[in-house]
Amino acid sequence: MGLEDLNHNFLTGRIEDLVKWARRNSVWPATFGLACCAIEMMSTGAAHFDLARFGMEVFRASPRQADLMIVAGRVSQKMAPVLRQVYDQMMEPKWVISMGVCASSGGMFNNYAIVQGVDQIVPVDVYSPGCPPGPETLMHSILTLHELIRTGEITKRRGAAGAGAGVHVTERRVAVATPH
Amino acid sequence: MTVAETSEGDQELLPKSRTAGVEYLREVGAVLRIPHLPEGIEEVPTDHDTMIINMGPQHPSTHGVLRVMMELQGETVLRCKPVMGYLHTGMEKTGEELTYLQGPTNTTRMDYISPLFNELVFSLATEKLLDIELPPRATWIRMLMCELNRMSSQVVWLATNGMDLGAVSMMIYGFREREMILAFFEKVTGLRMNHNYIRPGGVAVDLPEGWRDDVLKILEVFPQRLDEYDTLLTGQPIWQERTQGVGVITTEECLALGVTGPILRSTGMPWDLRRDQPYLYYDQVDFDVIVGSYGDTFDRYAIRLNEIRESIKIIHQILDKMPQGDYRVQDKKVTPPPRARIDESMEALIHHFKIFTEGFRVPEGEVYVAVESPRGELGCYMVSDGSSKPYRMHIRGPSFVNLQALPHMIRGALIADAVAVISTIDPIMGEVDR
Amino acid sequence: MDEPDGQPAEDEAELVHGAPSALSRGQLVVFPERADYLDLVGLLYDDGYRVCVDLTGADYQPYMERELPAGVTRERFEVVVNLLATDTRRRIRVRVQVPEADPALPSIFQLHPGTEAMERETYDMFGVVFTGHPDLSRILMPDDWEGHPLRKDFGFGRIPVQFKGAPPAR
Repeated sequence: MGLEDLNHNFLTGRIEDLVKWARRNSVWPATFGLACCAIEMMSTGAAHFDLARFGMEVFRASPRQADLMIVAGRVSQKMAPVLRQVYDQMMEPKWVISMGVCASSGGMFNNYAIVQGVDQIVPVDVYSPGCPPGPETLMHSILTLHELIRTGEITKRRGAAGAGAGVHVTERRVAVATPH
Repeated sequence: MTVAETSEGDQELLPKSRTAGVEYLREVGAVLRIPHLPEGIEEVPTDHDTMIINMGPQHPSTHGVLRVMMELQGETVLRCKPVMGYLHTGMEKTGEELTYLQGPTNTTRMDYISPLFNELVFSLATEKLLDIELPPRATWIRMLMCELNRMSSQVVWLATNGMDLGAVSMMIYGFREREMILAFFEKVTGLRMNHNYIRPGGVAVDLPEGWRDDVLKILEVFPQRLDEYDTLLTGQPIWQERTQGVGVITTEECLALGVTGPILRSTGMPWDLRRDQPYLYYDQVDFDVIVGSYGDTFDRYAIRLNEIRESIKIIHQILDKMPQGDYRVQDKKVTPPPRARIDESMEALIHHFKIFTEGFRVPEGEVYVAVESPRGELGCYMVSDGSSKPYRMHIRGPSFVNLQALPHMIRGALIADAVAVISTIDPIMGEVDR
Repeated sequence: MDEPDGQPAEDEAELVHGAPSALSRGQLVVFPERADYLDLVGLLYDDGYRVCVDLTGADYQPYMERELPAGVTRERFEVVVNLLATDTRRRIRVRVQVPEADPALPSIFQLHPGTEAMERETYDMFGVVFTGHPDLSRILMPDDWEGHPLRKDFGFGRIPVQFKGAPPAR
């Protein structure tokens, strides 16, 4: 059977584009609600803002089933190792959105208890400003991430691509590569 | 792969062989005053027959970053211990670095489901130290906003509790209703959450034009929606079976543990600070204190649902009584000058600048002020050394204390009910860990 | 403002179970000796103050000249206990002085089991050791944390804001 028999319902494209198209349209976030932002993240998933429009309403409880971590809220020194452990459990390809100023830079809590930016622990793809960011802001950062997925590399590990805050990523990558 | 150590040592639930007597009693929920292990209580299985499992801190049903360690025999929870601090933000330390006018920005981020109450208790403590009297309109606005916030908070509880117990449509409905109130909050304060609206000396801005219609619309829609919830949940056999008789606690145990709010009221004790130690103008409005009789999860559900109805009742009265006048105290010491004055008067500009940079000085002293938040007694202990920043600012979060009732309520329950019990306490981790 | 606590006006420096007391903004405060603290809380318990609402601490290292009733020695730490009598709807506050050299205080866990977590928090934040506490471990900070954050000599921990990976100035 040749191609001449298939004259409808037929698309051609590069396999790379198709893979990225598929990935972009079904990003499954892990529930990583920490503080105030988590409530706004839940609002985003609920009826009024309806994250299902972007194929993202399935918040997975298990990091093994998720490919996006939305760090929603301030990360304390006590939580930091837990966050890293959850991130390490996620399968590649994986992305991180740092939601809110506390996760992005420590925000107004520049003190002994809070990690000043989650990018010191995990590489971040999109920073979402606001305290807390409204659902619209979160959706905008999700769409930004979709665009990154659509235009980015599909096989290269993002450590090499320099995603996130470069300085931290390099340090952390070296640390991870060290044998235990 | 290097994974950082996530163990917390002695803070965790230890095997029985390594747990001391009274600590063990606490973890099995024996809160009564037993100094030593009584004879014959040790009928429990040895460490080999049981298993300690860890729930959280990253778990969808722990309402944030609570970590509960439970010792199980089969499906039965023998003892448990909440491990917390995963959201410790150092807010009490931060509070010492911010002026009294900046303080509410800090406290409002504690209990992020009902932020206005945190601002309120901070402002009330400051005003008590300053010994100033508020204009009536400011107080009524505070009451209006707080009651609306109580409604949105209880609705979020219904939503998350529904989600935990498998009633996912309740979650969708709850957040839908919350959006209505948040839209009003956004109109008034400019923010959906973390408003910094209630400040020492009054509120930040007056209510916008058309606020009465907005509130009336909310009050019109809500009762119908509450009736829908009744149909959806209250009479539903699955809901009843999952909640009735689960997580039972008695009045004595609540009082011994310092537990307040809907949990205390569910045991039949009518204790509501709005009625028993009135603050703001709660002595001028008529409302009922809802109590339960069994102290179980279903009672707490019914109490929270009906407290929304009481809030609606209160808001109707507030709408009738809302006076004209100032929305903040006209005390030059505390209040910045009106915007229009800044353009024409140099002194007003300097005054404005000084209030927002240096802040105002508060006389020496210490006070403890408590309000009834949707979760219980929310207190603020504040010490002033006469400067423009609090010397010590401590918030008594109701969730922090209520969470200590968890070992008691969960004892002997099935692991499937553990989620229902955690959810019924309604812990907001931002307030627990502060 | 209305008196929210419903306290009757009482004369200053009246003794409450032998301990000096004072009114702070209309709120009754008792200042027992450290040795009498446990007994006083017990006596207040018998008086009807059955609920321990709050227990916290304060570090007065740079503010030692604070106002205290006559006869109370100023010490660096204070433990502040807020008690509530639900039937008479009254509140009372107990402030105990805890010296820096020996920051220890008996635990009131036996009377008020709810203080278990609050005493742990006070230990965590101020380093006040509660003797007789069943499980005195840190509660908010990681277990291997050094220092007690709410002490005044513990640094605020502020780090300067850094902009990493920012595009160079044009």
